[in-house]
Amino acid sequence: MKAIVTVIGKDQVGITAAVCSLLAQHSINILDISQTILQEYFTMVMLVDTSACDKTIVEISDLLDQAGKERNLSIRIQREDIFNAMHRI
Amino acid sequence: MLSQNEIMQTIQMIDQQHLDVRTITMGISLLSCARSDTKAACDAIYDKITRYAENLVATGEAIEKEFGIPIVNKRISVTPIALVAAAADTDNYTPFAVALDKAAKTCGVNFIGGFSALVQKGMTQADRNLIASIPEALSTTDLVCSSVNVGSTKAGIDMDAVALMGRTIKDLAQRTADQGGFGCAKLVVFCNAVEDNPFMAGAFHGVGEPEKVINVGVSGPGVVYHALQSVKGQPFDVVAETIKKTAFRITRMGQLVAQEASRRLDTPFGIVDLSLAPTPAIGDSVARILEEMGLEVCGTHGTTAALALLNDAVKKGGVMASSHVGGLSGAFIPVSEDEGMIAAASSGALTLDKLEAMTCVCSVGLDMIAVPGDTTAETLSAIIADEAAIGMVNSKTTAVRLIPVPGKTVGDSVEFGGLLGFAPIQPVHPFSAKAFVDRGGRIPAPMQSLKN
Repeated sequence: MKAIVTVIGKDQVGITAAVCSLLAQHSINILDISQTILQEYFTMVMLVDTSACDKTIVEISDLLDQAGKERNLSIRIQREDIFNAMHRI
Repeated sequence: MLSQNEIMQTIQMIDQQHLDVRTITMGISLLSCARSDTKAACDAIYDKITRYAENLVATGEAIEKEFGIPIVNKRISVTPIALVAAAADTDNYTPFAVALDKAAKTCGVNFIGGFSALVQKGMTQADRNLIASIPEALSTTDLVCSSVNVGSTKAGIDMDAVALMGRTIKDLAQRTADQGGFGCAKLVVFCNAVEDNPFMAGAFHGVGEPEKVINVGVSGPGVVYHALQSVKGQPFDVVAETIKKTAFRITRMGQLVAQEASRRLDTPFGIVDLSLAPTPAIGDSVARILEEMGLEVCGTHGTTAALALLNDAVKKGGVMASSHVGGLSGAFIPVSEDEGMIAAASSGALTLDKLEAMTCVCSVGLDMIAVPGDTTAETLSAIIADEAAIGMVNSKTTAVRLIPVPGKTVGDSVEFGGLLGFAPIQPVHPFSAKAFVDRGGRIPAPMQSLKN
């Protein structure tokens, strides 16, 4: 299953590394990454494949949320379907 | 591949513009629970609801996490209790409300609707029993919502029931006087009630519905408001197009959630209700959308036209996004639940008369309006009759949810808390309609041709 991981917050050293290693720990494969910095705000969007993941998406969502709170960032994972529903006919 | 822009747009809608699924409502038929022994009937009701809706809340929460979209309420609607209780050996139906309340609490849902009767053409003994039980039932339970349908385009208006409902509302307000008449926030009087409405307090599971069903109500006034900010000063054609596109996106999201919930709960998907349901939160207001169209304050001249455009564009945009559209589908204008409406009513710009005019062009009716505690039962009945007449003649659903707040009058306000919000007490006309209401009988069904 494909999902979208988004990271939003104030730029700081090691954001990408932290998120990627957390995803790797749970065998989530990153298919695509895009990243920008707008007025010091770091925005990263990743397309990931969770089919080999050892946890449910709900558990991963909690882990990412926790990791985000520790760094004062908003990190979330959402199933890709929600974006497709809203932006593709 | 989705663009980063599209993804961020959705996230902003959720984070900053209050986009959410307002409710997943499971409709459950209780017709199989009719028993002559009241206790046996109540036990059967409790067992059936808790069996069918056992996983409703957990499933809703899982979907919420996986899709990252808030699902604010999980609710249950049931067959109108007047039908289920008709065979029972009692004329006080409060035990049925208690059973519903207990089942709702066991399932963990926010509200359960269906302590209802459909009396548009007349009342059976069971309907009378149910209406007589409403004050006790709603004042002694927490989560039970009640509705009574007093009119329809095909049947006309049952004025005996209208008179009875005025007295029922007064009684209920008195019994919940310590909470500002809060009981009345759980009671709706309808004309042309729909069988698949997922929104409270008026939800019930109609007799034409299947054994169980999942209905979803979407929301998103904040998203529409935000979208309109980008087309300031442009003609109404552009305004309508912008609302349609936004409504389409919101509804697609609702449809996805509805299908997912239906699949996981092994329950047929019923409808998506395309409604703009406001909350008291800043930036989640229908009134502010109307003001964004160019009105200084909601309630001034032009408000009805603005609302007509909004309501129609929401439906047009939403209808293509969902396989089945139903329920109330339109913009809601509950005064106490809408930050902009509260402000407009407090400033005196939004009156009861203007609200009545607005209900001609939108769903649903005079909703969550606090009126003085000394408003007579006959005046409440006359307000209900006016609103039912609008629904009857225009072949649309209208409803009345008024709270005559005990001990309070114009200039005071009342706080209900949470999604039900806060309301200034609004004035009603001081002139009597007693002789009108006392006539009773039925207002005949209207012509459906020669329309003018």
